[in-house]
Amino acid sequence: MSDTQVNNGVNVEHLLGAREALESAPEAAQFKWRSSCEWVNGTHSKSTITSFYGLGDEQDRGKSFSIEADHPEAFAAEDNAPTPAEIALTGLASCLMGGVASVAQHRGIQLNSVKATVEGDMDLAGILGIDDEVRNGFGTIRVSFDVDADASEDDIKALVAQSQKRSAVFDCITNPTNVEVSVKKA
Amino acid sequence: MSRQLARRSIDHVLLERGEVANSWRTERWDSLTLLTPNWLSRLPDYSYEGDNPDGYMDMPEVLRFLDTYAERFSAPVETNTTVTAVTPNGSGYLISTDQGDWHGKSVVIASGHCNIPAVPKIAQDFPDDIEMTSPMYYRNPGQLAEGGVLVVGASATGVQLASEIQASGRQVILAVGEHVRVPRIYRGRDIKWWMDVAGILGMPYDEVDDIRRARRVPSLQLAGFPDKSMLDLNALTDKGVEIAGRVAGVNGNKLMFSGSLVNVCALADLKMKRLLNTIDEWATENGMDGEVEASHRFEDTRVSEHRRLELNLADGQIKTVIWATGYHADLSWLKAPAFDARGRLVHDGGIMEPSGLYVLGMPYLRTRKSTLMDGADLDSGIVADHLQNYLAKKLSVN
Repeated sequence: MSDTQVNNGVNVEHLLGAREALESAPEAAQFKWRSSCEWVNGTHSKSTITSFYGLGDEQDRGKSFSIEADHPEAFAAEDNAPTPAEIALTGLASCLMGGVASVAQHRGIQLNSVKATVEGDMDLAGILGIDDEVRNGFGTIRVSFDVDADASEDDIKALVAQSQKRSAVFDCITNPTNVEVSVKKA
Repeated sequence: MSRQLARRSIDHVLLERGEVANSWRTERWDSLTLLTPNWLSRLPDYSYEGDNPDGYMDMPEVLRFLDTYAERFSAPVETNTTVTAVTPNGSGYLISTDQGDWHGKSVVIASGHCNIPAVPKIAQDFPDDIEMTSPMYYRNPGQLAEGGVLVVGASATGVQLASEIQASGRQVILAVGEHVRVPRIYRGRDIKWWMDVAGILGMPYDEVDDIRRARRVPSLQLAGFPDKSMLDLNALTDKGVEIAGRVAGVNGNKLMFSGSLVNVCALADLKMKRLLNTIDEWATENGMDGEVEASHRFEDTRVSEHRRLELNLADGQIKTVIWATGYHADLSWLKAPAFDARGRLVHDGGIMEPSGLYVLGMPYLRTRKSTLMDGADLDSGIVADHLQNYLAKKLSVN
């Protein structure tokens, strides 16, 4: 299927090789992703992302990334950075985006431009404790993709559908996950 | 397989735990029919002889069909004989049964891939007062408590049960994960006819893009109704069935459905369009366009804006859950190094690594129709050829 003329900057051969290798070595497929978050002031926090575990070992990528979060002035905060909810939406969009590029490469579809816009509905009556019937999280999340690619409309739709099917963050958001929070006094 | 061995004058015996066609006889619901039209049950030296070739056999007809086959060729069946173990033993296999032992130079496994209902672990988290069953034990809606029913799974079985249970006056919620949507009739012909003539059913396993995936694809969302109507999610919505996402979690009395419903429906709609495109291309290339009805497309799956994400299991809305989530093969009696690290049977088109061992009737064993009666002829012929060579080599070595 893969077409050597198509270049979306994704090394599909490597990904397929990894899939082959990980199928016969299930323990190497066990990954742990991490982020550590430190309080700055008010609702402002700074997260640092460095190592992860996978392929049977600690993986030190030799650099670190940081993501800050805060809340807007409407929440009586300083608006130093996007809200955690917006970062969650961003995680969904970028996860789907990576999937679209990978699937397109595998299917021999050249992408020219791809843009995804995410919008999540939230009723603050949940997080403010006004109404117990209202959930804290998003009601509905809508993602709209604008894709310019050398393929039919149905093939482009199939790219985006396949990307959702194989997306980690899409799965996290659409299905429940056990979350365990532990606390110790410093 | 027996017919193929008889044609090659190879001595053999068929061990059957019950009567001929036991699974069809004892493990199927009352209204079930085959999902293939009658003409598409072509067995070695035998095929449908009735006057309704385009119909779908019900279970009594399937039993008559297979009983007649066994009788006509005096198949050497040992009924009421349950195999308890197959163990490599010197030059062949020791076959232990509850009726004594057999020894064979070769063993062909034809016990099917639908022996144990594949009920997901999450079933254990449901409250105790909700009754649970699976298609292996379900017979008809009359067995079920009055009240709502959650049917989990929207492949052939799930959609058929949802339809008849809803018609019995019980409100059905259907939990839908990945599924394969197809029309029953397309351009005036049965979808299985198209798939047969266009080579889709017969596509060899070593030409498939991803055979491991192909072997896991759920059954086509089909029913064999006399009026040949389509039983997709839109038809079920019209009948009053409520469509929900995949069962994703249980928290106390709260059942959670996945938010992926829109996407699994989009995947199924797109996949069906690709199938119909393939059929249209085949029809044009083969000059069929004038002989069949015009090409057309079906309405996309309608998903309600009010699709639920939660269900309260304590308020009496749902009395019964039916797990139409597929089956596993039971090969616990096979005491040979025939499985991979994940416990899956390893075979190459039915030919297994321990010499003299073969398997038939597994999903996409050699072609897409390997699990259909119509696939048995091709698969058993190839396996019988290999088996015959194996016996000949063994004989020359000995």
